[in-house]
Amino acid sequence: MLNISSWNLRSWVNMIVLVLLALVPVLVSWSGNEFYLDIATRLVILAMAAVTLNLILGYGGMISFGHAGFLGIGAYAVGIPVYHEIYDGFLHFPIAIIGSATFALITGMICLRTKGVHFIMITMAFSQMVFYGFVSIEDYGGDDGLVIEARSEFGGLFDMENNTTLYYFCFICLLATIYIVRRVVNSRFGMVIQGAKGNERRLQSLGFNTYRYQLACYVLAGAICGFAGALLGNFTSFISPEMMDWSRSGELIFMVVLGGTATLFGPLLGTTAFLLLEEYLPHVIDLVYKGGGVYWQLYFGIILILVVLYMKGGINGFLSRREGSK
Amino acid sequence: MDTTLLAAQLINGLQLGILLFLLASGLSLIFGIMDFVNLAHGSLYMVGAFFCATITDWTDSFIIGALLAIPATAVIGFLVEIIVVRKLYQRDHLDHVLATFGLILVFDTTTQMIWGPDGLVVPLPAWLDTRVTLFSDIVLPTYRIAIIGVGLAVAAGLWLLVSKTRLGMRIRAGASNRDMIGALGVDINLLFTLVFALGAVLAGLAGMMIAPITEASVGMGNGIIIVAFVVIVIGGIGSIKGAFAAAMIVGLIDTMGRSYLDSLFKLFMSNQNAETSAPAISAMLIYILMAAILAFRPQGLFPPKGR
Repeated sequence: MLNISSWNLRSWVNMIVLVLLALVPVLVSWSGNEFYLDIATRLVILAMAAVTLNLILGYGGMISFGHAGFLGIGAYAVGIPVYHEIYDGFLHFPIAIIGSATFALITGMICLRTKGVHFIMITMAFSQMVFYGFVSIEDYGGDDGLVIEARSEFGGLFDMENNTTLYYFCFICLLATIYIVRRVVNSRFGMVIQGAKGNERRLQSLGFNTYRYQLACYVLAGAICGFAGALLGNFTSFISPEMMDWSRSGELIFMVVLGGTATLFGPLLGTTAFLLLEEYLPHVIDLVYKGGGVYWQLYFGIILILVVLYMKGGINGFLSRREGSK
Repeated sequence: MDTTLLAAQLINGLQLGILLFLLASGLSLIFGIMDFVNLAHGSLYMVGAFFCATITDWTDSFIIGALLAIPATAVIGFLVEIIVVRKLYQRDHLDHVLATFGLILVFDTTTQMIWGPDGLVVPLPAWLDTRVTLFSDIVLPTYRIAIIGVGLAVAAGLWLLVSKTRLGMRIRAGASNRDMIGALGVDINLLFTLVFALGAVLAGLAGMMIAPITEASVGMGNGIIIVAFVVIVIGGIGSIKGAFAAAMIVGLIDTMGRSYLDSLFKLFMSNQNAETSAPAISAMLIYILMAAILAFRPQGLFPPKGR
């Protein structure tokens, strides 16, 4: 990996993105514009969610359209205790992990009995169920959401109230997630998951109970995504059911596909491109014709369709084609 | 129990069921024949509502508005199929959901550009905006009964179309073996376009019928489309009969749950507990129903044969 002479274009791009992300707080303190730290923190947390989605969707072929549900469960695992004046992060994060893992286990047991388009619709329906569940719980803000008054406390180990500390904590968690996914994918377990994506029946006839493997993979992805949700709750200081609306899940899928499915760094590249588009597309459109920026989602939708139709393999695929043509 | 309230809730449940059937039957046809997952189906529901609202405003007649909005929605269906959807049939389901997710953004934003962010009110003609009295003491809104009537007529028409006509025969043949009917000389591209436009019209019809009750608003289809997915998953994807049965079950259970679950809960728990838990449970009721049905029948209640 660190043998630079063997690096290709993709490795360089991945490394540049990682180095830039590591340097964001430094660049921000130079420019003095806190706003970029905000975007970068959001980017890192969403990338973490996208990496876990890629584990089931990209490597495992399980097209979950309810992944934002785990983000929401994780965020409420911070919001609800804080509402009851319990600030201990050593409690929040385990709740987030266990809560989302349990939800993944129960819904996964039902979803994974089905295949293909059923799976897409059922995962979508279950996350929408959580959405409506939280909408109707008036005690925790219902539709209006809940303000998180303080961030998780880690007994003086580090101070999450400091934005730079929070950012680096999220960044390290992202690196750890990428590392975990890399280990999982290259393990025997990961081989079964990828094999089941290609030809499930063959794996079964080899004696593997693919259902159990896929369920374990689904729970793992859900648990880590719940952890990312707890980070998101800490970062935004505000949670609402809208965070787990099915369109949020669709955006996560777009991040994975835009970067390149079943690639280690694809989700990170995709999330980066997604957030840059979301942030700057309105300004670019306003430059071309005044007042058009409000309707940036129209162009965003068109870009999405074009990416699906004509950019196979996403950014990662594009970069490897460039290598091929050299 | 108050009989008028019960009857009104039954009518509301049936009316929701009819709307869900109109959406779900189109989704199910499109999936059954083209193996295509259309998230943007809810956008066609919205387009139908806005066309109807605008034409009603021009002509001062809801009936003319609805009659003209039907071909207009069909044209939108044709265009979407030809410009985007047709290129996706050979792709996998992931590409379908993503591209149609993009279509939703395009539709929602374009609608907002044309009609503005506020909803459009659709006035009903006086003769529909009345109430009828049944059995001397039950008073029901005429329009909701009219929706149910139109929906049942459409369901019957759809059944006739699919089981008795040449086009219907081709649709059924296409659902069981696409390649074969292509090889037998049926213009399969034309057939697919027609089926997509038919689905668009059914969705648009649902939208234009609900518009006088809720008004036409941007993104109005994005919530109900998920419920329509629940309906076709429960009914068995690809089955029109299943879509009808499941739509009625889901419509009735959702409406009844929202009105009566708290009274039911009060039978065996304290009033306060019932009042906190009932709204949450009733909002989740149809998803719990779906989970329960899938746990026993993963293919749904009426899975289509021969696939």
